[in-house]
Amino acid sequence: MDFTYDDEQQALREAVRGLLATAYADHDARRRTVADEPGFDRALWGRLAEMGVLGLPFAEEHGGVGAGPVEIGIVCQELGRVLAPEPYLASVVHAGGLVAALGSPEQKADLLGRLSAGEVVLAAADTSPGGRWASRADGVRASVSGDTWTLDGVADPVVAGGSADVLVVTAALPDEGGTGVFVVDAADVERTGYAAADLSRAASVRFAGSAATPLGAPGRDLAPSIATISDLTRIMGANQSLGVMQSQVRATTDYLKSRKQFGVTLNTFQALTFRAADMYVSLELAHSMVDWATMTIAGGDREAVAEAADRVGLEVSRAGRHIGQEAIQLHGGIGMTAEYAVGVGTAHLEVLDQWLGNAPHHLSRLAGRVTDHELVEALS
Amino acid sequence: MQLELSPADAEFRARMREFFTTKVPQEIRDTVLDGRHLTRDQIVESQRVLNAEGLAVPHWPTEWGGQDWTDLQRHLWHEEMQRAGVPIPLAFNASMIGPVIAQFGTEEQKARFLPDTANLDIWWSQGFSEPDAGSDLASLRTTAVRDGDDWVVNGQKTWTTLGQHGDWIFTLVRTDPEVKKQAGISMLLIDMTTPGVEVRPIELIDGGHEVNEVWFTDVRVPGDLLVGEPGQGWTIAKFLLGNERVGVAPVGATKRALAGLKTVAAAQMEDPMVRARVAELENQLLALELTALRVVAHSAGGEPHPASSVLKLRGTELQQAVSELALDLAGPASLASRADEDSPQEGWARRSAPTYLNFRKASIYGGSNEIQRQIISRTILGL
Ligand SMILES: Cc1cc2nc3c(=O)[nH]c(=O)nc-3n(C[C@H](O)[C@H](O)[C@H](O)COP(=O)(O)OP(=O)(O)OC[C@H]3O[C@@H](n4cnc5c(N)ncnc54)[C@H](O)[C@@H]3O)c2cc1C
Repeated sequence: MDFTYDDEQQALREAVRGLLATAYADHDARRRTVADEPGFDRALWGRLAEMGVLGLPFAEEHGGVGAGPVEIGIVCQELGRVLAPEPYLASVVHAGGLVAALGSPEQKADLLGRLSAGEVVLAAADTSPGGRWASRADGVRASVSGDTWTLDGVADPVVAGGSADVLVVTAALPDEGGTGVFVVDAADVERTGYAAADLSRAASVRFAGSAATPLGAPGRDLAPSIATISDLTRIMGANQSLGVMQSQVRATTDYLKSRKQFGVTLNTFQALTFRAADMYVSLELAHSMVDWATMTIAGGDREAVAEAADRVGLEVSRAGRHIGQEAIQLHGGIGMTAEYAVGVGTAHLEVLDQWLGNAPHHLSRLAGRVTDHELVEALS
Repeated sequence: MQLELSPADAEFRARMREFFTTKVPQEIRDTVLDGRHLTRDQIVESQRVLNAEGLAVPHWPTEWGGQDWTDLQRHLWHEEMQRAGVPIPLAFNASMIGPVIAQFGTEEQKARFLPDTANLDIWWSQGFSEPDAGSDLASLRTTAVRDGDDWVVNGQKTWTTLGQHGDWIFTLVRTDPEVKKQAGISMLLIDMTTPGVEVRPIELIDGGHEVNEVWFTDVRVPGDLLVGEPGQGWTIAKFLLGNERVGVAPVGATKRALAGLKTVAAAQMEDPMVRARVAELENQLLALELTALRVVAHSAGGEPHPASSVLKLRGTELQQAVSELALDLAGPASLASRADEDSPQEGWARRSAPTYLNFRKASIYGGSNEIQRQIISRTILGL
């Protein structure tokens, strides 16, 4: 048992941190980037590709690097730390994850190769308007005629859907055949982009007889695999939240040491330092759970990953609310401003949770299973 | 990063589990598992069983019975003990005064006290707190004045846990009133049968008697019972209190208590509200346990992991939260807390209110949770 990074992992962290620092160390740079389409920095996306970061999860034969969950988690943490708007989770982890899990060898080589090289952006379309976190599609229906598949319906929100070149779509198969996954050229759909609360981009995507290619062999019910990729994305989202929370605790601590009121710095007031201490407690507990969930992926057991996703999802959502709200409160008015990173960070934490799974959702699932076990074991 | 225990550690854990569940008397373990009170004899018996196997004081120096284990092994030992319902070796002996004597004592003190302390042939009490010196321990007023080779002690200690069973008490006393308050403190070991020592019970809110006042009136203490140098008491106390906080998050026992509730209140587990509360607590306990593992896996040889202060704070909060859940599940049955053993109400339910009240102590003693927040904000966050 070991909770520390090895030298290579440490080096990866430094490299990603260094690159992101040149882009977003100054929160103004992020504000300028998200102000215009596509809402992220394509040049930076290219540099992430050159560093091998975009291909990190994928096999070398498909143009990737073949790294493990810990490495991907490190990248997500660093992206979270500076609130980078690049669609790494949506494109690489989620949509890329679906392709890597379900695609034919040719599809993987093509799509993952171009994704790793930074040539295309992928987005997963798996949520229907008003829908919640489900592995069964109900907003989009697939039809087949001969060998030709088409899709009809609406997916919304599709995170990074506006800038994506290729959509990876979950759709209900004909005749109660379950849920399939299809690749759709973004040029064949109607898209309406918008910004979320943290100014990251999503889109409403309308399919109207849009030409679609089944991912892998056609006609299979892929709901279990879709669920697993969502679980993996949830865990990586928790890594990203961890990065955000680390920055917020640090920013709040720095602020309490520098801001003067009543002729003294704020850290003179114990009511405030105790609240900062409680933020640290939430942060460290969440950190432990994030590391554990990330390591659970390496075990490869689907049920264990599902369990870990619920557990880390609940913990990180709770911690995110606590830390995000306190970070704003302890900053006072400045915490409310768009020009300051703390408030946007709080928005980002919410966007991640509401996209990937919020606390009541995970708690409800855990509550449903509560009598299936005696003790919850950290070490199996 | 890697989640599995190494084969050696897994084997170690299995060995602990085997020993604890087969060699410690079932009657004692059942008492713990049911949440009933242990007698003095049961605590002594259990510690002697452990000590015979070298499992009572594994964190002591090896020459005095320690085991040279890694922090992870110590953690596994501690968790498995709680899981099996084995009473943790008496903290005053095993975690507090033993390591202090091993570190600061004379050779003569070590030989005289350490074997008996490990085997619980001597039952130690902790005489630090006073009515006007709690969190601000350094303001203590009990005095020790030199008289020939002896010290003469006068004053009052309070909150002395299980002092009614104590054979000896380790005390902080003021030996020099002239210097800065921390510098004038020394540590004395006092035989509680010495004339002038008087132990008076304090009743707690749960109706139990576990703490006492200890009064000293012209108590003569031989000079060779001073630990370290005169004026070194504060340094020694900091060393001791640092140890006190290790293993203070009773994760294993709290997990076991929560799992027990799922069985004894099985009918209520249909209620979605109850299920949600249990699930939430299980998750928080998992996060705490993982944090404890992160801390032990990190601290191999070096400085303690900064997150270790989280353990006491959160560990006691969760211990209290589980006792709250038990009380809520017991409901009206909890009113029977002082009913006879032949009450038709179940034992766990009858014990729920006293347990809830008793566990309020956990966030007060051993450095209150406010003091823990102070440590986190000052030493970790630099505020
Ligand atoms: C059941 C029990 C068993 C005990 N056993 C022993 C024992 O065996 N031997 C022994 O020596 N002692 C023992 N103690 C004493 C224990 O260590 C003290 O109770 C503890 O240190 C707190 O001191 P106090 O009770 O005087 O509270 P106070 O120090 O008066 O504190 C009152 C409140 O103020 C808070 N507070 C104090 N200072 C600060 C500060 N600077 N900033 C913010 N908040 C602050 C505290 O956290 C607490 O909430 C025991 C206590 C209990 C309840």
